[in-house]
Amino acid sequence: MADGQLVRLTETERPAVTIHVDGAPLAALAGDTVLTALLTAGRRLRQAEFGDGARAGFCLMGACQDCWVFLETGGRLRACTTLVSEGLRLRTLDEPA
Amino acid sequence: MSAGGADLSALRVLVVGAGPAGTRAVETLLAHGVKPVVVDEAPRNGGQIYRQPPPGFRRPAKALYGFEAQKARRIHAVFAATEGTLDYRPETLVWNLSRNVAFTLDDNGLAELPYDALILATGAMDRTVPLPGWTTPGVFSLGGSQVALKYQGCAVGRRVAFLGTGPLLYLVAYQYARAGAGVAAVLDTASFGDGLRALPGLAASGTTLLKGLWYRERLRLAGIARKSRVTPLAIESDEGGERVTALRYRVGRGREKRLACDAVALGYGLKPETQLAELAGAELAFDGRTRQWLPAIDDDGRASAAGVYLAGDGAGIAGADAAELRGELAALALLADRAVTVSARRMVALRRRLARFARFRAALETAFPYPARLAPALPDETIVCRCEMIRAGEIRTAARELGATEMNRCKALTRLGMGRCQARLCGQVAAEILADATGLPLAAVGRLRGQGPIKPLPIRLAHLADEPAPGEAA
Repeated sequence: MADGQLVRLTETERPAVTIHVDGAPLAALAGDTVLTALLTAGRRLRQAEFGDGARAGFCLMGACQDCWVFLETGGRLRACTTLVSEGLRLRTLDEPA
Repeated sequence: MSAGGADLSALRVLVVGAGPAGTRAVETLLAHGVKPVVVDEAPRNGGQIYRQPPPGFRRPAKALYGFEAQKARRIHAVFAATEGTLDYRPETLVWNLSRNVAFTLDDNGLAELPYDALILATGAMDRTVPLPGWTTPGVFSLGGSQVALKYQGCAVGRRVAFLGTGPLLYLVAYQYARAGAGVAAVLDTASFGDGLRALPGLAASGTTLLKGLWYRERLRLAGIARKSRVTPLAIESDEGGERVTALRYRVGRGREKRLACDAVALGYGLKPETQLAELAGAELAFDGRTRQWLPAIDDDGRASAAGVYLAGDGAGIAGADAAELRGELAALALLADRAVTVSARRMVALRRRLARFARFRAALETAFPYPARLAPALPDETIVCRCEMIRAGEIRTAARELGATEMNRCKALTRLGMGRCQARLCGQVAAEILADATGLPLAAVGRLRGQGPIKPLPIRLAHLADEPAPGEAA
């Protein structure tokens, strides 16, 4: 998409994978991290818990934990180290208690 | 098989980390008849520097690792050759160490791994300093920006500002430019004078200096602006706070400048991941040159705790080439300590080569010093702890009004460092601010004590330490 934070430069010939984010389908590529899938299509991964606004991860290597997103079923995953898979359903709008 | 007469069949060696140091340690142990258990968080070996893309990516090693392609291939080949014979546990986190037991987490849940000897090759992450606006989407660590390109074929923005210092700053900017990404500028906090002072030491390294000069020349030819003596001021964003629009900075004592960009790659060198070393009982000592606490080790990588060996950047930053040697040397030291016959000559040679790397590292720290002036000058409203939203002013208040003169007291008073990253991003910077606010030396305010879990566990699993747990994304 045109308005993502991340820009695909190369390696775009991978098979398509569809995930769902907040109920809507999102086209990704096999081998994308969840972070790549979300940030090539948009600008954020989540809202910070304490109200300072949007977050989109930071370290991209599993250290800062700033890229958590939640499964529709309630579990969480670290977007920078989790690869997309067909049928993955995420929610980013709010965080379960 | 036993080597040199010692019975090794019952010796349980655990290696944590499969980057250049861990990989060479494993190779060395195997060559002496010891089969370690290897735990690594990544899906494939290589560490951050030689990180392998997911299956299905096709760029050749040369495109991924540049000048280091050959080294990357060799590191990957070590693990490929052990396929099926080594107890190798990728995508597994060691989240705690206690009384010679490693507590691990993978997709199948929690497990315990007892060991007799431990080699920690836990690597490093970016050393960053906050600035106003740095939590805006589009601001990433420098190493993370490289991961986006290497591991995912993506740039972190359309017009990326590279801010920080160190050789990695120029390398990643060059890799971005070469891959066709937009590079807004390279802004370095170091000065030309720093580089000049370091020149004799850098020149002794031969190719490393040449590579550095080559990256810079390529950036110049690509027409990319490069500034030194930079003081970063703030990252600006749009009204919704969802996108980066500019980076404000100053050069020397010059007037404020504004660089339009939609992403910032931020990094002032590296900091070692020392949490597991600390949990294993290794003492840490303050290193005045880099202003960091580092595990105390001898020349071969022995920590202060018996049976614990440290190698690679996790034991103090020395780079990937040194990490390979340190991994081999730590493994040889472990073997020698268990009465296995090892080559004393090889150990001497490794120590000698590492001494040269240490001199080169000292020169690099001179050329690209950590900008200690930045943290004390941060405006009060700057977020320092991204997890718990603690601002610089709160640290200063804790120091001046609540009498906090030590980091753990500061944590108790402010919640700084209590969040999900376990102070990886804020700990060192908060100590700089606290030291400045109290007038104490940096070493005197101490550091936040490491504790398990070193990374968050899924809430459901944390209660089930003794029971088999169902798989859950972590």
